[in-house]
Amino acid sequence: MRKLIAGLIMGTALATTPIVAMAQTPKDTLVMANAIDDIISLDPAEMFEFSATEYNGNTYDRLIELDIKDPTKLVGGAAESWTISDDGLTYTFKMRPGIKFASGNSMTAQDAAFSLQRVILLDKSPAFILGQFGFDAENVKDKIRATDDDTLVIEVNKPFAPSFFLNCLTSMIGAVVDQKEVLAHEENGDLGNGWLSSHYAGSGPFALKNWTAGQSLSLVANENYWDGAPAMKRVIIRNVKEAASQQLLLEKGDIDIARNLEADQIASIKDNPDIKIMKRGKGAVWYLGLSQKNKYLSNPKVVEALKYLVDYKGISDTIMAGRATVHQTFLPNGFLGASNETPYSLNIEKANELLNEAGLSDGFTVTIDTRNTTAVMAMAQSIQSTWAQAGINLEIIPGDNKQTLTKYRARQSDIYIGRWGADYQDPHSNASTFAWNPDNSDDASAKPLAWRNSWNPGDMTQEVDAAVLERDPAKRAAMYQDLQDKVLKTGPFVIMFQETEVSSLRANVNNFILGPSFDTNFYRFVTKD
Amino acid sequence: MAAVSEQTGTGRTRARPFYRTGKNITKVLFSLVITFLGLLLVTFLIGRILPIDPVLAVVGDRAPQAVYDRVREEMGLNQPLWQQFFIYISNVLHGDFGKSVLTTNPVLTDIKRVFPATLELATLATIIGVAIGIPAGVFAAVHKGKWPDHIVRVIGLAGYSMPIFWLGLMGLLVFYMKLGWVAGPGRLDSFYVDFVEPRTGLMLVDTLLGDDPGLFWNAVSHIVLPASILAYFSLAYIARMTRSFMLEQLGQEYILTARVKGISETRIIWRHALGNVMVPLVTVIALSYANLLEGSVLTEIIFAWPGLGLYITNSLLNADMNAVLGGTIVVGTVFIGVNMLSDLLYRLLDPRARK
Repeated sequence: MRKLIAGLIMGTALATTPIVAMAQTPKDTLVMANAIDDIISLDPAEMFEFSATEYNGNTYDRLIELDIKDPTKLVGGAAESWTISDDGLTYTFKMRPGIKFASGNSMTAQDAAFSLQRVILLDKSPAFILGQFGFDAENVKDKIRATDDDTLVIEVNKPFAPSFFLNCLTSMIGAVVDQKEVLAHEENGDLGNGWLSSHYAGSGPFALKNWTAGQSLSLVANENYWDGAPAMKRVIIRNVKEAASQQLLLEKGDIDIARNLEADQIASIKDNPDIKIMKRGKGAVWYLGLSQKNKYLSNPKVVEALKYLVDYKGISDTIMAGRATVHQTFLPNGFLGASNETPYSLNIEKANELLNEAGLSDGFTVTIDTRNTTAVMAMAQSIQSTWAQAGINLEIIPGDNKQTLTKYRARQSDIYIGRWGADYQDPHSNASTFAWNPDNSDDASAKPLAWRNSWNPGDMTQEVDAAVLERDPAKRAAMYQDLQDKVLKTGPFVIMFQETEVSSLRANVNNFILGPSFDTNFYRFVTKD
Repeated sequence: MAAVSEQTGTGRTRARPFYRTGKNITKVLFSLVITFLGLLLVTFLIGRILPIDPVLAVVGDRAPQAVYDRVREEMGLNQPLWQQFFIYISNVLHGDFGKSVLTTNPVLTDIKRVFPATLELATLATIIGVAIGIPAGVFAAVHKGKWPDHIVRVIGLAGYSMPIFWLGLMGLLVFYMKLGWVAGPGRLDSFYVDFVEPRTGLMLVDTLLGDDPGLFWNAVSHIVLPASILAYFSLAYIARMTRSFMLEQLGQEYILTARVKGISETRIIWRHALGNVMVPLVTVIALSYANLLEGSVLTEIIFAWPGLGLYITNSLLNADMNAVLGGTIVVGTVFIGVNMLSDLLYRLLDPRARK
């Protein structure tokens, strides 16, 4: 009996000891841990999730791209140059010569036209980005066309600000897909959507090798890339949800980059000489939405008081630990016209004064719908404690992300604590949700954030509509500054932070690029010592 | 999933005559069908009552209203609830489990991918649990009230009461980080991920079928820790049950008779007493195995193990009902299957039942 147990223990020990994991990843391979289970589709005309758009940025050439060094400028991608007609209605793109798809086909303007038409014809989640320029299934083949192999012509329906249209083309829908390859896999007139949602037909610095949903995504380098082949021959992204597990993998050297470490982990690795930390402000803001259906929250004095009742600095330093910076306007830094004003800070006295003026010196009770993740719960608890100091009883209703969102979208939340990421790198994306609401009735067809909070922004709706038609960039920027100022002062949004993406890298990994948006995180320049 | 075990519990007792008379087959099948229908109906209703909008999982938060409405109609959510349920059931009867909105794959494809990962982990964990749990329980029973008994009981109690996510993280910290005895989260080192051709979905088998034996050992070093941690829990349960069954047997008169006849103590314990204990023990082991086959969500998250538990949970939180219902059918089938198997074993082990 004893021998048996001893034997079992020895056996287990022997079986496990000799297998020591490799201490380092191969020199020409980049291994990353990331939460990539948000990916639903790899088709550029269908994808809308953060991880999918990051994949798009690394594997496809888009017509034009943001300048990584200065995101307010644009540079050519698949299109080498472009001109705009004097009436502002016609855009002519000259294609970059010599680009080849992974299939070996040469890229032409027909591919580019097909890719954009496809976005409208498929009419999936991101279609509205292009649809707002007046394209629909009937007219898109006339309005977006290749006049020869090198020339793409696009006609928009209004003289929009060129920056608006061009910024929209830098998003995932601007990715050029291989028309022949995609159509070869067409089924029942789906324009190859079924196939492309898990396959690849691009020309970018990396090509898709394999995607297993919820498990891993692996890429191989495109040796013929027009701007030079990447140094990393393979990129492997492993889906690891648990931040603590990501930290262990990174410290052990089994991965090169951990993408989702949280405050605790960042604090514990910051003195590790083998690891470095990279940060970049992203196009997303954290805010509280105050429903104007609530009798207390619809009082402007209360709205103002609540803006003085958030411990902005405390939350960004401790709870978010570098993953957010204080930011109180609706345009994140990096956007045209973004304003950096931060007039509010925690001031209980001032808040009490305002609540007195509102006749609410005895306080009141409201609820907040809170996503049950560590950081968001901690934020809500901090807010709960500062509000309590002004006599406001905040009840936290925790829920799963989709659950709280469902309630918010149905206009049933008192207060919602949310994170809003811009859909594309143009101020209109956020202006049209925070400051625009043409119909404040319950059955409105457009449901921007202003609508979700039952707020009628009045004249601001017209100002937002006017700003997209302003063709002078300086004037356009000024219009957005004005809108931000108004929402800051009177809007039912307590905008608190701009999100900062934090990546933790092994010290030997260089030139990993975190861009201003979620689809501009690039692997192609990465080298390893 | 307590409801599942209860329902299939009755399935088990009814299933017994299955092997004896053909007459009862229809009765058994009928009860199985009712069990499944009930299971599906309850799961379906829970999924629809959840305050989560399933369309959100498909189109995301930003889609314009027109796209949202179109998808809602495509998903059949405009129809009354009972109609949705009947459409689903009739599809299932035609072998169509629908598509998962989260992965866009047919649910069957997804389950074929995630279930082997759980199966592999659960089987290994049960083997370890049985191999250590039974001897430990016997050992404790034989030395009742003395220190070996106390040690086994304390270890068992600890295994039963420690939170698994904590144990998992500590295990990783000690055996992976500090000692380097085992590999980290995942089923293989990341850079091998695409080198293995998925033939059976069982990583240990697939790597063995491949050309590189290094890959097999890599897979082994990845599975050892999560399997041991899951095993610890079933071990604790199995050891405790073995101990109490053994104590009961050792107090019986036939043991005394055997001792009087001068049979060696080893033979009395391992052959006579344990032989009788095996019968109820099989049920205990089967239940704990079936529990592990549901997939352990926390273990799967910490070890980045893409298994069934994680799949069902994720789907449920997104109101991805096809995936949840598909997963429920698998879990139900596993429970019924394992229970039938334990009945069969029961018969082999208990000579009285063979007549």
